[in-house]
Amino acid sequence: MPTYDLEKLFQERIDQEIKIEPKDWMPDAYRKTNLRQISQHAHSEIVGMLPEGNWISRAPSLKRKAILLAKVQDEAGHGLYLYSAAETLGQSREQMINDLHSGKAKYSSIFNYPTLTWADIGAIGWLVDGAAIMNQVMLTRTSYGPYARAMVRICKEESFHQRQGFETLLVLSKGTPAQRAMCQDAINRWWWPALMMFGPRDSESSNSDLSMKWKIKRKSNDELRQQFVDMIAEQVKLLGMQLPDPALKWNAARNHYDFGDINWEEFWQVVKGNGPCNKERLEARKKAWEEGQWVREAAAAYAAKNKTRNKAA
Amino acid sequence: MQLIRKFFYGDIPDGASGAEQQTSVTKKTDWPLWEVFIRSKQGLDHKHVGSLHAADAQMAIENARDVYTRRMEGVSIWVVESSQIVASNPQEAGELYEPATDKVYRHPTFYDLPDEVKHM
Repeated sequence: MPTYDLEKLFQERIDQEIKIEPKDWMPDAYRKTNLRQISQHAHSEIVGMLPEGNWISRAPSLKRKAILLAKVQDEAGHGLYLYSAAETLGQSREQMINDLHSGKAKYSSIFNYPTLTWADIGAIGWLVDGAAIMNQVMLTRTSYGPYARAMVRICKEESFHQRQGFETLLVLSKGTPAQRAMCQDAINRWWWPALMMFGPRDSESSNSDLSMKWKIKRKSNDELRQQFVDMIAEQVKLLGMQLPDPALKWNAARNHYDFGDINWEEFWQVVKGNGPCNKERLEARKKAWEEGQWVREAAAAYAAKNKTRNKAA
Repeated sequence: MQLIRKFFYGDIPDGASGAEQQTSVTKKTDWPLWEVFIRSKQGLDHKHVGSLHAADAQMAIENARDVYTRRMEGVSIWVVESSQIVASNPQEAGELYEPATDKVYRHPTFYDLPDEVKHM
């Protein structure tokens, strides 16, 4: 069968909402795009453990500590689901990890911001996980089967993350003036970076067109961002807090909230590696990988020894 | 294993990171891949849920517990090394399933019966 037919058949399957599975024929660019997106997503889950891990030993109570531990463990699990999904496209786990460490692969820029206070843990759950969920709910319907299945699993668990975040802030919002100030400060610092999580404006996003055609993505960056703003602008009222945007205003004609301009210069700076914690995050990942090297080798050696022993017996 | 240390995130373009050469160096230490199957409750089949890396079967089961059953999703776990799985080829699906396509009489709906016939 000539190649141009395969491509047409592929697009027909996509249009009929038939999922693409690992052994199916797919255009190279489809494979590459999925590989890039899924591995970046996996890296984001893993690097995302770092800012929150910072507060495990500093959590204000045993209950909060147990919750945070469970949440960070979930993020590790999410990273693993996604690495597995990416591996079905033919790249090894180690290759992906090497690409992260060498700087070739990217992860969500949001994790290059520091967690300065306990309220940041609440703000991350509410805003950062909230923004991630918008994206992930859409991705449960993505056209690549293994990615879609990983997303279903992740979305089931993610809801706890967002709820615990909001509840953490809710407790602070009813606390002392200092606690209320801490709550507001965290919202102020995380709001704009959370909006940036949806990526560049549609007019500037380089990956969107094909991604939509192939149904890897089903909503544009701007659509998802608007949906997020509309949701959070209502929820923040329940906290009695403000979003740090004077331009935020309900627009009855559009049936959406209007909001101010995002500082794209900051976004690109952080993407390029100049955010507050880029260097620290990568160093932490590399350190963990290198210091775990002997464990990986020892376990492999132990397994190999057992195999020969069992054969001899 | 040699890791590239001098580069930081975002500093280098796609082609020039040197990551390509690392594959062959590190590939040997990659633990094998295992497919994980979970029985969600007694009476149901084990169902494929995903995969993971582990050095041996015991570790694969323990990792599967941590990765796939954190919320009591299972009462039993199977793990199989992915390399042991033999799969049909989707490109040959037409020929492979051909014997089933022209046998509509295998389905109960093929048979037209009077409405008076009950419980059939």
